[in-house]
Amino acid sequence: MVKWVEGTATDEDVVVSTRIRIARNLRNYKFPQRMSIQEAEALTNEILNVMKKLPSGVNYKFYKVNSLTPIERVSYIEEHLISPGLINRPDYSSFLLKDNESATIMINEEDHLRIQVLYPGMNFEKAWKSINEIDNFLESCLDYAYHDEFGYLTACPTNVGTGLRASAMVHIPALSIIGQIDGLINGFQKIGLAVRGLYGEGTRAYGDLYQISNQMTLGEEEEEIIRRLKGVIYQTISKERDVRESLLSKRRYEIEDRIFRSYGLLKYSRKMSSKEAMQHLSNIRLGKEMGIIKNLEYKDIEKMMIGIQPGSIQKYANRELDNNERDILRAEYIRERL
Amino acid sequence: MLCQRCGKNQATVHYTKIINGNIEELHLCDECAMNSKEFDSTFSFHKLLSGLMDNLQGEVPYKEVKTLECPFCGMDYVQFRQTGKFGCAQCYETFKPRLRPLFKSIHGHDRHTGKVPLRANTQVAKMKRIQKLKEQLKELVSKEEFEEAAKIRDKIKELEKDIG
Repeated sequence: MVKWVEGTATDEDVVVSTRIRIARNLRNYKFPQRMSIQEAEALTNEILNVMKKLPSGVNYKFYKVNSLTPIERVSYIEEHLISPGLINRPDYSSFLLKDNESATIMINEEDHLRIQVLYPGMNFEKAWKSINEIDNFLESCLDYAYHDEFGYLTACPTNVGTGLRASAMVHIPALSIIGQIDGLINGFQKIGLAVRGLYGEGTRAYGDLYQISNQMTLGEEEEEIIRRLKGVIYQTISKERDVRESLLSKRRYEIEDRIFRSYGLLKYSRKMSSKEAMQHLSNIRLGKEMGIIKNLEYKDIEKMMIGIQPGSIQKYANRELDNNERDILRAEYIRERL
Repeated sequence: MLCQRCGKNQATVHYTKIINGNIEELHLCDECAMNSKEFDSTFSFHKLLSGLMDNLQGEVPYKEVKTLECPFCGMDYVQFRQTGKFGCAQCYETFKPRLRPLFKSIHGHDRHTGKVPLRANTQVAKMKRIQKLKEQLKELVSKEEFEEAAKIRDKIKELEKDIG
């Protein structure tokens, strides 16, 4: 599982992943919130028929949310392959997942279609190119709701226009150590960018991971939105790197101690909550980023960060676990991988 | 009306704030509105949307819009205001008079300039396409890629003929 982390990546010492999603709706259906089940099914079938026309070699697998177990639903969210909003109304919603997990087409989330592409590291060019191709293909067969003045029409006015949300998941522990996160978040907000936790809107930041995305979707071209976001991410990357360097030269023992304590705890603990595990894995990642820890790849750490989440750990166990059982299995899961 | 702040440009953003019965009106040009603290707090929060809609001074008075109802999905303006969500694509036409100020306060703009679906074959869509091509043409000429530029120029001519 978690195939998307396998691709080649750049700047992965700071950028964990690049994601772009676009919101699209069809003209002749009410938006999902106001649909009947029958209408939702008709729309789903229309989209599935279009997907049959995909060129050979491009393979998507179809999943209905209500045919997945609750544990599976949550673990797809934890793997960042679907949005939390998709599982709110299981009888309406479904998704198509590309075989290499780089693209998901979500059906009947807040909008009829939420298309997302996901790549490891910093990779906006590839992300935009591939999501644009998927969009062009779907558009050639579907009657999109489009307005000359307002662009692509969406259920929420905050998405209208391009319907585009581009984001990078960044790991910025050094900035966090020197207490600059709040300032950074404020700065981002001033220039129209949003900073969110691990699973998007309304979720908390764990493990020094933050998702930075554009807030405005109307009045700017897609390429321009992405270009601006990219500029800010590159700035963040160089700032984080600078701070890491100065931490290494000025507070080397403190930083090494922090990293190896976490390593020891992860390697020998018998019980661990996901919050605690995230913090230690974040320190391990920092160790890798600073060249202190050498026996792990970024993708190994990312897989662990996903694998220890409540849904994923239950999927690993292949049964429902209570809190206590989860904490025990989580510690075991990590021990086996270090 | 001129902008209250700079006194130079035409006021395009009209904002009425009512707090405990105190009415405060603001008429600003785009530029001043973008820099105004009044709009700062309303910028990014989904949940403030309906509150935002209450405070918007649209092109059509609220009383006249209140009775509007979408012929396709049945959503009326009051519902839209409460939920902050449209019911269908047709809602955009139905509530159009109130939307520009709303979009402006959320996005700082009220007009889409991005991608146009290839299937959109309205005059506006064609004009947008022509404009994009003209920008490409300019860039190609400045890079002295004349062969490519000639192709783009022909495309523009063709589209312009189409519009008539």
